[in-house]
Amino acid sequence: MIKVENLTKFFGAKHAVDGVSFAVERGEVLGFLGPNGAGKSTTMRMITGFILPTGGTVTVGGFDMQEQPIPAKRLIGYLPENAPAYTDMTVHGFLSFAAEIRGLQGEARKKAVAHVVETCFLGSVLHQSVDTLSKGYRHRTCFAQSIIHDPDILVLDEPTDGLDPNQKHEIRTLIRNMGQKKAIIFSTHILEEVDAACTRAIIIDRGKIVANGTPAELRQKSEFAGAVTLRVKGVASSAVSAKLYQVPLVKRVSVVDDRDGHVTVRVFPKGSANGELARAIGEAAHGWQIELLQSEEGRLDDVFRSITMPDTAKEVAQ
Amino acid sequence: MNPWRNIWTIAKRELGAYFTSPVAYVFIVIFLLLCGFFTFFVGGFFERGEASLGQPFFDWHPWFYLFLVPAVGMRLWADERRVGTLELLLTMPVTPWQAIFGKFLASWLFLGLALLFTFPVVLTANYLGHPDNGVIFAAYVGSWLMAGAYLAISCITSAITRSQVVSFILSLVVCLFLILAGYPPVINFLEQFASGGWVDMITSFSVMTHFGGFQKGVLDSRDILFFLSVIGFSLFTTSVILRTYRAG
Repeated sequence: MIKVENLTKFFGAKHAVDGVSFAVERGEVLGFLGPNGAGKSTTMRMITGFILPTGGTVTVGGFDMQEQPIPAKRLIGYLPENAPAYTDMTVHGFLSFAAEIRGLQGEARKKAVAHVVETCFLGSVLHQSVDTLSKGYRHRTCFAQSIIHDPDILVLDEPTDGLDPNQKHEIRTLIRNMGQKKAIIFSTHILEEVDAACTRAIIIDRGKIVANGTPAELRQKSEFAGAVTLRVKGVASSAVSAKLYQVPLVKRVSVVDDRDGHVTVRVFPKGSANGELARAIGEAAHGWQIELLQSEEGRLDDVFRSITMPDTAKEVAQ
Repeated sequence: MNPWRNIWTIAKRELGAYFTSPVAYVFIVIFLLLCGFFTFFVGGFFERGEASLGQPFFDWHPWFYLFLVPAVGMRLWADERRVGTLELLLTMPVTPWQAIFGKFLASWLFLGLALLFTFPVVLTANYLGHPDNGVIFAAYVGSWLMAGAYLAISCITSAITRSQVVSFILSLVVCLFLILAGYPPVINFLEQFASGGWVDMITSFSVMTHFGGFQKGVLDSRDILFFLSVIGFSLFTTSVILRTYRAG
């Protein structure tokens, strides 16, 4: 549904987006990750036709965004960063306007407004001025505007920014559910959201795509992927290390924590002997008081850090 | 889809925005107070002893508009940029032209409404004597067109900046130029060191020159064309500015 080819944007001499290409199909939820200033918002603004690319093309549902912007824009629902909304209108007025400009009229418009009001829990502020809304409500009002015409494509720039944990959860659930029938791109820097809502994630850094895969695939890139964490009580850390180094599968043992008689170590395997390693360690630890024995899947934030700041991440991760 | 429906949807929203904020009411009240004060006290409507609105009433309009129209137009684009709703508006399925024209139309209709509220002045003149209502009608048309020209210029200055104050001052300066280019003392001054051709060219840019015809009751197509082309040119410039802004 969305095809981005070799998208490039210069702001003056600054290369904000540098040859980005990807595609999103119906049924996919694409998480767009990256540090601040990596070019996420700029890319989304080009996809939605707000800013014009320096080079490359955006095709939305078969329509080129620059050649046929109107039919392309009709397919998209967009939540811009910071969720802007007309402050001098009521929530109801704003949503009615959004529905009307999307071509909904009369009964269809009323229905669409009522539906998003229900979906986004806006009933209690319906006749309040946007000006007086709390940040969470304003955010949801703008989100409601983006789904009012039940678009095939949703582009959401930090949809959970500034929401409380309950609201975040609601929005994520909503995105995941809608993702079954739509093509969705959303940006975030909260990595747990990628697990919670995405079928695929792209990491962008300094205007370039540096990783592209399912959340599981990305986690595999973590150096912790396949490692085993063990916490025991009442054994000296040196004794734990010495014992574990005798296990044939073990490549390296690092002591993560040693406090009040609790020792936590992370054991890295030779090759990728994941299930085997945990069992072997369990056997080696026989007789110790085991508090925790866990195979690591790898954490996205480690991957994120090691990819987006390659020079310093190694030291920090240790 | 019908472009006029998009334009009307945008214009409706914009008009609503005027009336949900104090802007509309403050503007209308001040405009009417100024009109009343200048017509009856400064303009000496009663002392003249003639049932005509030309000098006591319409003469002041270019000067009222100088301050009031930039105040109406300053928020049009500056506020959209500041709040970020410009991003919403331009990612909706509307062309930039529809957005520009819709917003302009809303403000122009609003100015028209304020102008209509001056009807008691016309009633007074009719009550006291027998003015030429055709002349009054022509002058009203001219006044509204002139307001539109000022407003279109405010659109440009509003699109340049996200600060309403900057927009206000810039459009005030430009509009002042359009007045002064045809203001008799300035023309006299220019004639001292410029040839007649040059002076004519400069005065032809002035709203005063073109509004004068309407005040005499003449609906000259050249004067109408002048105001419409100022509007057209200014809205086109606005679209260029917005495009430049989007191109980054």
